Amino acid sequence: MGFEKFLFYVLAATLIAAAGMVVTRRNPVHAVLFLVVAFFSSAMLWMLLEAEFLAISLVLVYVGAVLVLFLFVIMMLDVDIATLKAQFIRHLPLALVVGVIMLVEIFLVVGPGNFGGESFPNPAPQGPDYNNTRELGLLLYSSYLYPFEIAAVILLVAIVAAIRLTLRHRPDTKYLDPSKQVYVRKGPDRVQLIRVPPEPRRVPPTATPTSGVEDEA
Amino acid sequence: MIELSDYLMLGGVLFAISVAGIFINRKNLIVLLMCIELMLLAVNTNFIAFSHFLGDMSGQIFVFFILTVAAAEAAIGLAILVVLFRNRRTIDVEDLDALKG
Amino acid sequence: MENIYLTIVLAPLLGSIVAGFFGGRIGRAGAHWVTILGVGLSCLLSLYVLKGFVDGSLPVFDGAVYTWMVSGGIQFEIGFLVDQLTALMMAVVTFVSLMVHIYTIGYMADDEHNWPKGSLAGKNSYQRFFSYISLFTFSMLMLVMSNNFLQLFFGWEAVGLVSYLLIGFWSVRETAIFANLKAFLVNRVGDFGFILGIAAVAMYFHSLDYREVFALAPQLANVQIQVWGDTSWSLMTTIGVLLFIGAMGKSAQVPLHVWLPDSMEGPTPISALIHAATMVTAGIFMVARMSPLYELSETALSFIMVIGATTAFFMGLIGLVQNDIKRVVAYSTLSQLGYMITALGASAYAAGIFHLMTHAFFKALLFLAAGSVIIAMHHDQDIRNMGGLRKYLPITWITFLLGSLALIGFPGFSGFFSKDAIIEAVHLSQVGGSGYASILLTLGVFVTALYSFRLYFLVFHGQERMDEHTRHHLHETPAVVWVPLVLLAIPSVFIGWLSVEAVLFGDWFKGVILVAPHHDVLAQMGAGYHGQAGFVLHGMLALPFWLAMGGLALAWYIYMVNPAIAAYLMVRFGTLYRILDGKYGFDQMNMALFAGGSRGLGKLFWKTGDQQLIDGTLINGSAQGVGWIAERLRTIQTGYLYHYAIAMILGLVVLLTVFVTF
Repeated sequence: MGFEKFLFYVLAATLIAAAGMVVTRRNPVHAVLFLVVAFFSSAMLWMLLEAEFLAISLVLVYVGAVLVLFLFVIMMLDVDIATLKAQFIRHLPLALVVGVIMLVEIFLVVGPGNFGGESFPNPAPQGPDYNNTRELGLLLYSSYLYPFEIAAVILLVAIVAAIRLTLRHRPDTKYLDPSKQVYVRKGPDRVQLIRVPPEPRRVPPTATPTSGVEDEA
Repeated sequence: MIELSDYLMLGGVLFAISVAGIFINRKNLIVLLMCIELMLLAVNTNFIAFSHFLGDMSGQIFVFFILTVAAAEAAIGLAILVVLFRNRRTIDVEDLDALKG
Repeated sequence: MENIYLTIVLAPLLGSIVAGFFGGRIGRAGAHWVTILGVGLSCLLSLYVLKGFVDGSLPVFDGAVYTWMVSGGIQFEIGFLVDQLTALMMAVVTFVSLMVHIYTIGYMADDEHNWPKGSLAGKNSYQRFFSYISLFTFSMLMLVMSNNFLQLFFGWEAVGLVSYLLIGFWSVRETAIFANLKAFLVNRVGDFGFILGIAAVAMYFHSLDYREVFALAPQLANVQIQVWGDTSWSLMTTIGVLLFIGAMGKSAQVPLHVWLPDSMEGPTPISALIHAATMVTAGIFMVARMSPLYELSETALSFIMVIGATTAFFMGLIGLVQNDIKRVVAYSTLSQLGYMITALGASAYAAGIFHLMTHAFFKALLFLAAGSVIIAMHHDQDIRNMGGLRKYLPITWITFLLGSLALIGFPGFSGFFSKDAIIEAVHLSQVGGSGYASILLTLGVFVTALYSFRLYFLVFHGQERMDEHTRHHLHETPAVVWVPLVLLAIPSVFIGWLSVEAVLFGDWFKGVILVAPHHDVLAQMGAGYHGQAGFVLHGMLALPFWLAMGGLALAWYIYMVNPAIAAYLMVRFGTLYRILDGKYGFDQMNMALFAGGSRGLGKLFWKTGDQQLIDGTLINGSAQGVGWIAERLRTIQTGYLYHYAIAMILGLVVLLTVFVTF
């Protein structure tokens, strides 16, 4: 058993363990952290498969941005953790059954019989001057240029959508709109100080209760 | 050596775990989203494994796009989640029965 | 000539339209003048046409006036065939119709009393009545002048419609409504056969034109058809019997006769016009017109003869026990129609038509005279309340007597010639059933005389049984009523003497009515014919005459000399009386079997078919089914997000299983 294989098993075991923890942890913060582990192990496995650019992207984009976003949201939402997994046990059998059925079926298809070493031999390792990023870039900016641009638009749309969904104007906060402030003109818009001449004090001829109140006011 | 089937089976296990996760988690929408991310990860692993063993870079291109879309999906999903929480003060899946006919 | 024929047909139609649609505006006088002018013009022209045929100056006219449509190679046309037969019918129809029109002025004069106060249907009823009878004249002329089966059918149905409208003319009377519905339904049975017959003609002859059909008929004489399973039927017999079923409905032959007595619910003028003189003879006319077809089927002739003879005798018997003056005459009509039909069965078409003509005159006379009596009696129709009317209604009395004598076939009167000819012809006939028919017809003469003079004696002679009030008001009816009686009495007496030679033994119907040589009984009779006087003398020596005299004498004895004997006989032959009074149970059977059966069937379809099966199971059931399924489905539709997710995943698992396994 070579080092590479050892590495694969260690990473695979970590990945599966982390994935298991993700779905079973009660605390979503923990779950996200285990998801980070899973993604990280996965990225390492991709390294083994000589997909260096994507592995790095996964770590940077996913772990660095998406999962942090998850964490952010979880913390912001202030969910009551205690009640979250009350029904955990109840659904476990069904989950196990479905999971096992899928697993068996997937194994039947992708097992060593179909995709073993005989039919898909290991390719020779790439030389030292192989540049995964360069290869990917060549392909991406030539054959896949349009899909690439569409992906960019999708991201843009996602940004707009996310902002539009979460943006709200709270009518109860008092803030100043700078763009409106710019347009303020002298005269009608500005505050004016008006001099009001004092009224002469009128003395009622007879003292009534109502007039007494007026005097006090 | 590590064979293609090993990677594929790993992807399968990951996928099955995430499916089971969807079943198990009835309380927290965020965990469901995380399970979906896990599924995508399993699929991506398969793509990259095939790309490697077949010597075709197109698989990695696909992963690239999947990552893009998944990121967008996660962003929008979380945005919806936030709005939902703001309106209903809960992300408990069992409380979300507005689809009931 | 075409214009004359068109005028004959359209003048009554125009009168009908004017009187019908503008009755309110032109008033009563306007309505009866316009219709009488229309029918009068028609009558004059018909008589002119008849005269043309009598002196041989007019050729037979056969031509299409208007092509309605051409479909599948068959032309649907409106056309006229005017020959001797048609000319005779036209003259009879328009003449009787004219008489009835005039008579109606008197009969319907106070029609408003027949309607409830303020009844909308009673408004302008007088005008409407004239419109109907004019429409009837038009329809009947269309029927007799037609040169194709389609127009024949149109006229056939049109007269049926008018008959329906007129029987139920007093639509506020429940009995009238019942009677017209009955007439309509019974005629539907006949017309169903009729239209099947026409369809058979169209199918096998590929034409509806008389001339073409008759020309082709001999070639198809031996064609056999399979209608039902493997049974082989003769085409001619099938067509003949089917067409005759139509005639049975229209001419009220057993067992489709039940509507005719009930049709007496209508006003008396139409009883005279439609249900005695003209419409009911349409069947006889039709069979005579189809003689080239009927001559080819002995079976059909035999069938016709048996039906006719049965009707002639047994319906006459019922007439003996009726107490309603109109019903007695109605049963007499049934019986006489039976005579005509029997004559047709014996291939003595000319004799049938001859009797049709004479009968039209004297039966219209009898009906109108009965109507006159009814007017005088203030619409009391029960002969038990009459008696001794002779001195109050002298003209009615005389004309009624003349009509009765014609009816029983008193020598020299018109009925004598026609009826004697029929009896003689049937006696000579070799067609199957002629023996049976001959006996029944001969006995029928006795029965005819008996009921006719029973009626006559009870109404005009003997004790005056009406109440004091009625007696006080008894007087002769106005001129508009008695003038038609006189005008009808003249042909009733003389037409037989004048025309017997030409119609029966001459060549009047030569080329019009076709008789196979071995069927030609009239030719045999013609061999022994030596002038009217000889015919009369010969008739006076024969059995029917003595039977008629016997019947007359018996009626005189029972109802004049010894009235107690009638009551005694009624008790003595109680069972027979009840059978006759119950009209052999036809009505009960129809009510129970057909009316009850169809009501039951309707109820079955309504309750089970419609309400349970269609409404219950199909409509509400499907709605309930959808509801039931939806009820089950909505439990799945929880609205919980994870349930949808799970469903999705389970679906994925199933699909995956399918892909992996297969």
